[in-house]
Amino acid sequence: MSFYFVQFVTGLSSACSLFLVASGLSIIFGVTRVVNFAHGAFYMLGAYIGYTLTDRLSGVVGFWGAIALGALAVAAIGTLIEMLLLRRIYDAPELFQLLATFGVTLVVEDLVLLIWGPSELLGPRAPGFTGAIDLFGQPFPTYDLLLIALAPLVLAFLWLLFRRTTWGVLVRAATQDREMVAALGVNQKWLFTSVFALGVFLAGLGGALELPREAANHTMDLQVITEALVVVVIGGLGSVPGTFLAAIIVSELNAFGILVFPKISIVLVFLVMAIVLIVRPWGLLGRAEAAARAASGMVLSRWRPLRAEGRLFAVLALAVAALLPLVAGSYLVGVATEVLIFMLYAASLHFLLAGGGLASFGHAAYFGLGSYGAAIALKACGLGMETAIVAGTVLGLVGALVFGWFCVRLSGVYFAMLTLAFAQIAWSIAYQWTDVTGGDNGIIGVWPSAWAASPARFYWLTLALSAGGIALLRAITFSPFGYALRALRDSTLRAETIGIERRRVQWMGFVIAGAFAALAGALYAFLKGSVFPDNISISLSIDGLVMVLLGGVGTVSGGIVGAAIYRSLSIWVISHTDYSKLVLGALIVLLVVLFPKGLVGAFEAWRSVRTLAGLHRQNP
Amino acid sequence: MSVSKLSVAQLDAAYGQAQVLFDVSLEIGAGEAVALLGRNGAGKSTTFRAILGLIARPTGRIVFDGEDISKCPPHEIVRRGLGYVPEDRRIFSDLTVEENLLVGRQPPRPNAPTWTPERLFAIFPNLRELRGRAGARMSGGEQQMLTIARTLMGNPSLLLLDEPSEGLAPRIVEQMIEAIREMKREGLSLLLSEQNLPFARLVAERVYVIEKGAIRFVGTVAEFDAQPDVRHAYLAF
Repeated sequence: MSFYFVQFVTGLSSACSLFLVASGLSIIFGVTRVVNFAHGAFYMLGAYIGYTLTDRLSGVVGFWGAIALGALAVAAIGTLIEMLLLRRIYDAPELFQLLATFGVTLVVEDLVLLIWGPSELLGPRAPGFTGAIDLFGQPFPTYDLLLIALAPLVLAFLWLLFRRTTWGVLVRAATQDREMVAALGVNQKWLFTSVFALGVFLAGLGGALELPREAANHTMDLQVITEALVVVVIGGLGSVPGTFLAAIIVSELNAFGILVFPKISIVLVFLVMAIVLIVRPWGLLGRAEAAARAASGMVLSRWRPLRAEGRLFAVLALAVAALLPLVAGSYLVGVATEVLIFMLYAASLHFLLAGGGLASFGHAAYFGLGSYGAAIALKACGLGMETAIVAGTVLGLVGALVFGWFCVRLSGVYFAMLTLAFAQIAWSIAYQWTDVTGGDNGIIGVWPSAWAASPARFYWLTLALSAGGIALLRAITFSPFGYALRALRDSTLRAETIGIERRRVQWMGFVIAGAFAALAGALYAFLKGSVFPDNISISLSIDGLVMVLLGGVGTVSGGIVGAAIYRSLSIWVISHTDYSKLVLGALIVLLVVLFPKGLVGAFEAWRSVRTLAGLHRQNP
Repeated sequence: MSVSKLSVAQLDAAYGQAQVLFDVSLEIGAGEAVALLGRNGAGKSTTFRAILGLIARPTGRIVFDGEDISKCPPHEIVRRGLGYVPEDRRIFSDLTVEENLLVGRQPPRPNAPTWTPERLFAIFPNLRELRGRAGARMSGGEQQMLTIARTLMGNPSLLLLDEPSEGLAPRIVEQMIEAIREMKREGLSLLLSEQNLPFARLVAERVYVIEKGAIRFVGTVAEFDAQPDVRHAYLAF
């Protein structure tokens, strides 16, 4: 019994840092509508900067002074990023800000590696809190008790800040209606900046306060951002008390999950999140969001099926692509195969995101299911490559069928978070169900049948399937079903009143997108000869979003172009530098700032301006 | 019309690629009350939103108190003393009445009446009893009073009032007329949009009629009354 109590108290102490990070994330989202993916990176920076400052300055400002300075330094970095980067893109589509902050995360990860080196750094103990007390016969660190006391204090501080200060009232008003706040004379710029600074300060503080508990390391950013997103969603976006409650729930689930279900401890948290989202879609203490107005002016030029010259171009491009193995070596053919696979993956997400307006943060789930389905069919069931690819696709389709049924009950950010949760569940299963998936060791020896074994032949097979898949997705986009999907995207209410059944249509869209992603995943398994949990990782989901947004959400199939550019670039960068994340992250940030409409979007805008200018010349 | 307070010249505005305002020009003199009349969808709210910079206004010149504000962001325009009361009220429903007023607060300015919550409660007595209540738990009429009071907290010298009488019970409309007259006595200039002709007649001296995003008539209330065909052509009454 006492053991369980100690486990409970340990859970409470973990909740402190999680609450700090998640509340910062929640406050920032509430006002700026930015899902700040870089929040985990700021948390990690808090730990590393805190490490250096406690190491160098403890003699001058003391341990606590150094921790506070560390958090302030992180807040300063965050403020700089907000002013230089986010301010430029607040008007861009919501996902763009996620993309930019993802880029920042990549940059920070490599900078931390450059500055502090690859090894874990164990920070100093807090003076006066180095020992342990006896708790029901079990030793319990006094520092953890301090953290347990700190969390409610921070909650109280935030509550007072938001209830008792003018700034807090403005923040609450802006959370509800920021345009109206501007129309009452409040300068949003500084309100946003100050909110961002506070949120990042909390993340930095959370990271610095973890130092005496666990060593600063390179995976803490992604680990905490995932948990913080879950906490924010369970608690209700924008609700600080909800975040507090959810931080405790999630930490306790982690603490007890390990004991009760050691095999599926990670799944547990996401399962609870999924249940909360289905029962109370806006979180425990959040409130239902007013239906967002349809994004107007996003689509630059009307979506049309390819005309004669477009078709000709596509056929020519295909012909050129088919000739590649005749001139290129097997390395290049391998790279090209990978690019083709990711074009199909991106096209499937593009179909869902641009066509359906459904921003999935967990599209890698279906890619990964495709990979695992194919690998398991081949290795465990002894089926051939051809059947295995079909099996993988079917597994992804079934996964999308099940997960999608839940997801389409939500919309907007909550939809995104639920898709992320399901992807994490799929990832945990792959990671923890070692008997079937091999866990971290993955499944190896997934090679194509003899007839497709050479790089060139496998390339042609991939070309045929990817091009066919992309063509099919386009055909669906311009079918009556595609029109219904797009109608729901543009105006859910109007579409529903003319008899389009939202959930069914969006569910089908979800399943179609999932099936094509799974096909890409199955091909990828055979290209690499192996399958790992990485095939379902968050970063693969985000990669998908990067490719689509890079191509342009307002376009019919910009994702294909985005995938070709991004994937080739990342393969090239990874093979040419040890700091590929730094380069890619900086590149993403740069592209987001320069082309907020995506590359294809920018091209279309440029073309339409030219066309308009041409019209003016003809009829002055 | 004495000194010009607000002068809008050749204003166009668009939502995305759809143009909704065509060459709108308006003049409001200091201390004057002007009504912008038009049907639903005629472009009244859009005119207000364009003046304030809440929607893109690629062309046109907007001069307020002698200074060009057509490139200014909304909060700067408001800080120069141009108050805006939206049609849909947009009360911060999570905030109490007093907190709503706090959001609107700006420093006093020499050429405009200065308002405090106390003075506003004198004009809108209902709000006094509700001061601690959340905006979500108020009736439509109470919300309409709060939205006007909130904007007055910015001590504007010109007030843009978008359909202040819309959806209100007759008794509340009377209170609203009294409140607007009080603002006029304080020296506030007013531009209000209306569909309710009797209401506009009671508070305004001059009238603009807008239809399909373009101004179709300008004149005094008497001139407007003398031309019933204008009324029949562009208004629903």
